[in-house]
Amino acid sequence: MSHTLLILILLGLMALAYQLGRRRSLKLVGGSRQVKALHSLPSYYGFYTAIWCGLPALLVLFLWVSLQSSVVRDLVVSGLPDSMQSLPPARLGLVINDIQNLAQGNIVSGEISPAMQAAADHYTRLRQTSQAASFVVVLCIALAGLALGWRFVSPVFRARNRVETVVRWLLVVCSTIAIFTTLGIVLSVLFESIRFFEMVPISQFLFGLEWSPQMAIREDQVGSSGAFGMIPLFAGTLLIALIAMLVAVPIGLMSAVYLAEYAGSHFRAWAKPLLEILAGIPTVVYGFFAALTVAPFIRDNGALLGLDVSSESALAAGLVMGIMIIPFISSLSDDVITAVPQSMRDASLGVGATRSETVRKVILPAALPGIVGGILLAVSRAIGETMIVVMAAGLSANLTANPLQSVTTVTVQIVTLLVGDQEFDSPKTLAAFALGLMLFLITLVLNVVALHVVRKYREAYE
Amino acid sequence: MSKMHLDPQRTIERVNATLGRRYRKEQRFRRFGLGAVALGLLFVALMFLNIIGTGYSAFQQTRVLLDINYSEEMIDPEGTRDPAILSSANYAGVIKQALRDRFPGVTSRGDKRELYTLVSSGAALILRQQVMENPGLIGTRASVWVPADDDIDMLVKGHIDRAVPESERRVKDQMVAWVESLEVEGRVAKVFNTTFLTSGDSREPELAGIGGAVMGSLYTLIVTLLLSFPIGVATAVYLEEFAPRNRWTDLVEVNINNLAAVPSIVFGLLGLAVFINFFGLPRSAPLVGGMVLTLMTLPTIIIASRAALKAVPPSIREAALGVGASRMQTVFHHVLPLAMPGMLTGTIIGMAQALGESAPLLMIGMVAFIVDIPGGALDPSTVLPVQIFLWADSPERGFVEKTSAAIMVLLGFLILMNVLAVILRKRFERRW
Repeated sequence: MSHTLLILILLGLMALAYQLGRRRSLKLVGGSRQVKALHSLPSYYGFYTAIWCGLPALLVLFLWVSLQSSVVRDLVVSGLPDSMQSLPPARLGLVINDIQNLAQGNIVSGEISPAMQAAADHYTRLRQTSQAASFVVVLCIALAGLALGWRFVSPVFRARNRVETVVRWLLVVCSTIAIFTTLGIVLSVLFESIRFFEMVPISQFLFGLEWSPQMAIREDQVGSSGAFGMIPLFAGTLLIALIAMLVAVPIGLMSAVYLAEYAGSHFRAWAKPLLEILAGIPTVVYGFFAALTVAPFIRDNGALLGLDVSSESALAAGLVMGIMIIPFISSLSDDVITAVPQSMRDASLGVGATRSETVRKVILPAALPGIVGGILLAVSRAIGETMIVVMAAGLSANLTANPLQSVTTVTVQIVTLLVGDQEFDSPKTLAAFALGLMLFLITLVLNVVALHVVRKYREAYE
Repeated sequence: MSKMHLDPQRTIERVNATLGRRYRKEQRFRRFGLGAVALGLLFVALMFLNIIGTGYSAFQQTRVLLDINYSEEMIDPEGTRDPAILSSANYAGVIKQALRDRFPGVTSRGDKRELYTLVSSGAALILRQQVMENPGLIGTRASVWVPADDDIDMLVKGHIDRAVPESERRVKDQMVAWVESLEVEGRVAKVFNTTFLTSGDSREPELAGIGGAVMGSLYTLIVTLLLSFPIGVATAVYLEEFAPRNRWTDLVEVNINNLAAVPSIVFGLLGLAVFINFFGLPRSAPLVGGMVLTLMTLPTIIIASRAALKAVPPSIREAALGVGASRMQTVFHHVLPLAMPGMLTGTIIGMAQALGESAPLLMIGMVAFIVDIPGGALDPSTVLPVQIFLWADSPERGFVEKTSAAIMVLLGFLILMNVLAVILRKRFERRW
């Protein structure tokens, strides 16, 4: 990869620039004994020169790389014969894909026409030109920057202040990445969702009781007009999340109470980390456990009891998701329980209440807001959890409250709609982004409410 | 008024009367708590036992000893020793010949076809490699250990019950008989499975390995680390040491806290829409995977780094400022080195999260079936958890143990990283 090489050369140049700037500053005042005559330490002059050498060049390189592919693509398209240029966007995308594959020597989907071959050669040429040009331009900028920075070096020059200003701006830029991420999430799902809602009315998406995106592939198929109702998906998601909560809340809460109020420090010291192992296990492992161990176990035992259990039952997925969430609930509850002031425990025990009465009548009510906040965070995590349900829950959207039947969830549908071949203007693919938007909004609201509750509670006792 | 003054004697009687019930309640409550902890620990134990129980056998591979005749007329009939001819020779035929020689009684076409399924299709590749490396083998005879087919592998490891009727079993009775006759002669052995650790994915369970996925995970993690550590530390330093208290800073903080709780799959949607569709970066590449995971792990690293910076006492800063250091010098020369162990611990934990993450990587196409071992951050590849996901979906019995074994490897890496984090914290964290 030649860009890696370019970056390595740039780093080398920056090291050189550092040395040059440093040496020059010392030379100007006549050796290291006269260093007091400099405004800043010599290394700052070195850093200053290195920044001039590296920063503009790296910025240009970054812009070049991020724009290169789309510019080359546009140039290739404009060089195609008119008959190919007037193709609908989806077909054109396919043609461009073929051209790229041809240029890279991969297998091509259709037959190779002379026009395609010409375009592929054009593509290869353009890429090579762009690559070479980027090399030359970036290195020129780096050398020019080096020369400029080197010339700036003088004993009265305030190099440290300049370097610190640059570093400070770099820090500011890094801290804005969080905002750009949120913005990127919102914009990317929002734009695709708006395109989706142009094809499928939003009311139908929000309140429709039927979900079967597969039907919308062909125009002439029955039901191709409307099968994008998200109610069954959300019902399924909530059913699985509810089962998970029914498992996780009692176990998590009771173990937190036991570990905080009853357990000796010895028991606590090894039981707590062991429980938290559950939080560190990747979700794909839980998914495997749910699909290959828990689901068959439930189905076989259900059959013994004469129950008709689906092999992808909501119960199996929910149960395993509950196990995953136990440490989440228990560590959050543990935090709030230990934050309840000791004086409240002492008072309750002092008037003769037993330990359990103290827990139930004093500590839990006092810790309730924090516990509720923790549970809300856990619900948000259960709703957004993907791998367990992809592996253990079903694909068919049943609107049912029976945990023994198969249901599907929002995340499962996003994954099945987007994994594999996609065309980016069918409602089927765009529906995944609309679901993503709903998922993002719901979890956002849950998180904001939960964080608010937790924070408000913490303030009360600090 | 006088009724309110209860007789102390009567009060104590009423208390004593309920005491037994209250103590029993107390006992019950306590047992519930202990039961909850025990249940949680039971789940941990159950999962580990389950996975290790099904997975450990994948670290062994069944091999069959065949007497191979590297006959000249099958491999190189014209005797040119031209590498092109040697490379495309019919080694599968050589294997088949060896099997026919061992079992001369098998004559009908159907039986022969079954006989050929005793050994893996990878056996021919082993012969090819041998001959390519040493053309002098041609015309000689030798005994070679070749990998058995996955069904035979399962049979030898005891995952296929020889007692059940033939119709309910994947392996036919006559194949069992052949295998047993080979076993009697000591021509069947279980050896340590290096294929599993070094080779890429395959449709054949006995040839599939995690080598490609491990390399993919490695490249993805390197990209993630190179991006998320500097950015995370820089953000933490800015927010903790330089940022003025204003609405902009508050906005950044609220954003970071919210990002920490956004479902991971949403980050996948972001990666698909922005990195792949907008910037045109290649699909399935560790570079894009690393960028998506960077955005996911940043909140973890930032929060841990800020906690580490907060733990450095203000007196350090004041002392540095007092002897004339600038604020930048104070932070970079004094505060940051002291906070570094805490930051590294947070980073390792973030990396462990990234290593186990799979949902966002499904979105950006890292689920493709990739045989080649990736050689860089732009080669199409998959990662360990996604490989587990792919194998878990495969119907062959042989992939079940492969999946569990891959999980064992993944958990091994995770445990290693967490232990490292704990050691780092124990050894270098200073209490002020």
